[in-house]
Amino acid sequence: MKRILSTLLLLLSFSAFASSSGIKLEDADIDLSDTVSLERGAKHYVTYCLGCHSAKHIRYKRIALDLHLDEDEILKNVAPLGAGIYDQMHSAMNSHDAEKWFGTTPPDLSLIARSRGADWLYSYLKGFYADKSKPTGVNNVVFPDVAMPNVFWQKQGTQVAVIKNIDGHDVVTDLKLEQPGQLSPKEFDKMVNDLVNFLVYVGEPVQMERQKMGKYVLFFLLMFIALAYLLKKEYWKDVH
Amino acid sequence: MKQKINNFSDWFLERFPLSDLWNEHMAHYYAPKNFNIWYFFGSLALFVLVNQIVTGILLTMNYKPDAKLAFDSVEYIMRDVDWGWLVRYMHSTGASAFFIIVYLHMFRGVLYGSFKQPRELIWIFGMLIFVCLMAEAFMGYLLPWGQMSYWGAQVIISLFSAIPVVGDELSLWVRGDYVVSDATLNRFFAFHVIAVPLVLIILVFLHIVALHEVGSNNPDGIDIKKQVNWQGRPLDGIAFHPYYTVKDIVGVGVFMFFFALVIFYMPEMGGYFLEHANFVPADPLKTPEHIAPVWYFTPFYAILRAVPDKFAGVIAMGGAIVVLFMLPWLDRSKVRSIRYRGGMFKKALLLFVISFIGLGYLGTQPATPTATTMARILTAVYFGFFLLMPLYTRWEKTKPVPERLTEQPGLEEQLPKLLELYNEVFPLTAITDATGAVDTKRRPNLAGIKAVLFRFVKNLKESLD
Repeated sequence: MKRILSTLLLLLSFSAFASSSGIKLEDADIDLSDTVSLERGAKHYVTYCLGCHSAKHIRYKRIALDLHLDEDEILKNVAPLGAGIYDQMHSAMNSHDAEKWFGTTPPDLSLIARSRGADWLYSYLKGFYADKSKPTGVNNVVFPDVAMPNVFWQKQGTQVAVIKNIDGHDVVTDLKLEQPGQLSPKEFDKMVNDLVNFLVYVGEPVQMERQKMGKYVLFFLLMFIALAYLLKKEYWKDVH
Repeated sequence: MKQKINNFSDWFLERFPLSDLWNEHMAHYYAPKNFNIWYFFGSLALFVLVNQIVTGILLTMNYKPDAKLAFDSVEYIMRDVDWGWLVRYMHSTGASAFFIIVYLHMFRGVLYGSFKQPRELIWIFGMLIFVCLMAEAFMGYLLPWGQMSYWGAQVIISLFSAIPVVGDELSLWVRGDYVVSDATLNRFFAFHVIAVPLVLIILVFLHIVALHEVGSNNPDGIDIKKQVNWQGRPLDGIAFHPYYTVKDIVGVGVFMFFFALVIFYMPEMGGYFLEHANFVPADPLKTPEHIAPVWYFTPFYAILRAVPDKFAGVIAMGGAIVVLFMLPWLDRSKVRSIRYRGGMFKKALLLFVISFIGLGYLGTQPATPTATTMARILTAVYFGFFLLMPLYTRWEKTKPVPERLTEQPGLEEQLPKLLELYNEVFPLTAITDATGAVDTKRRPNLAGIKAVLFRFVKNLKESLD
């Protein structure tokens, strides 16, 4: 009995092993009905991300429709200069230059929220810390040795890593703000959250609509089941 | 006008046996009257097959089977095609639903001995459908051209290369290239949209024809044709139409409810129906950290990984499916239904279910040493269930089988009992809130849960004898 129990416990524990590396992910506060946050996120995306990362599966027209914005408004406030309303969110950088500058092509971010998840993105964007050994001068706790520099360094300030030696390995256990940036930590969190909110929206623009529609579909199906059940009962009256 | 329609009907019926077909397969096809919940999954499988074909046709209208365009064309369907997202989710959720339904349908067959004489051929056709379905799902999974599509196909096709002598040539021939590439995508597309579905439809046709020849089994595993009335109709049989058609409509409704719940609220199903890594376009130069097939293949994938040698692993994985084909001849019991079987079979079946679900779980996890050991034990249980079956079913002590179908409480009759159970686990408890007002709310009750669990274990133990 003891052997069986210990085997079962072992079985339970091995799934926990796989996820015990690095810092715990922080919770992003995702609210797709908050169109103001989404609009701010779109603006941040164009300002800080679009230089390198395209989001080629979304069009400005679609963003305007979903966020209830006028076409002129979105072109004036969000889209980069020269972009048309039917354009997809293309990046200005070509892949040849990208390869030369960063050693890799920055990925398209249309679906990044679906492959990585909102919490990962939120923690990643906040997870840069100064590391002199890297060509960009920064490293990341969530994505070690990433080729991307910290594009928010002016806003966020500079973070340094608190490193502890656990089981013979140097592990980053915490990040400390060494030099404050233009924004307070609270304001910065909000900015990153808006951006992640926007990325979650871009990952699947239809999700709000689909959830709204789902209620009616489920209600209809419940009615259908009730009718079908009554019909069945009526027919089966004479079966004994 | 009416005259003309009548004339045309006569003209048609003189040349086509429509009424004979209708009578033989619907109005005068007598099915046992005691079908329970397990008997919904046959008609549901047919329903999902139609769903897959219809949504599949709609998807091909905008999908591009080209390595450069495939991934983007799927996103185009998801965003720019009107209702494209719904069609795509219906197709992707339908694939998983198909396997849930087919696994339950097969399990029903094992529970009530539906594979036994004289229904061996129905089981064989059904197994061929299952194999076709796996091929269909595997090839369909490559089409979105995401990372998991690509690397999953890479891993599975490379299994062919484990075959001695001809292996490498064979896998090259299957892929049409040295790695999974545009050529592979094109041929998989051809197989997925026309070749395999055609075979699948023919097999479903044969499955049903064979079923209607010998008649449906039932939860009691009795031959209802033995007791007939003066018209030669089975006493315990009722016409498939209208009785089971109206009943199956209820089943379809309930299924659609859960289907819609997934489509509208959790189309990814936490990464099980649509894997997260598949939202990254295929990259032949970047292997994902952890390659796992979609959930419905994981039991077999776990068996593959459990065997240390690659070729032996492939044999074991193939054997896990081949052994299912032989089920009608492995089972030597005189009775069909689990209701009248001996305790040995029931215990073996319970172990088999545990091993199948356990292997399915392990197949989704990285292969750590502990996981591999567990997978080996469960693989042994899986094969033990089948290979030892001739022994433990031959000598098992069966219970007497009744002459006529038995009455079992239906879902409706069990509702009061379920409500009672709910009251026991979540009784109304008086709660005093901060202002001092007393409120009665439903709260989980530890003693109730304990009692229910204890009863469940006791019942389970008794039912295994």
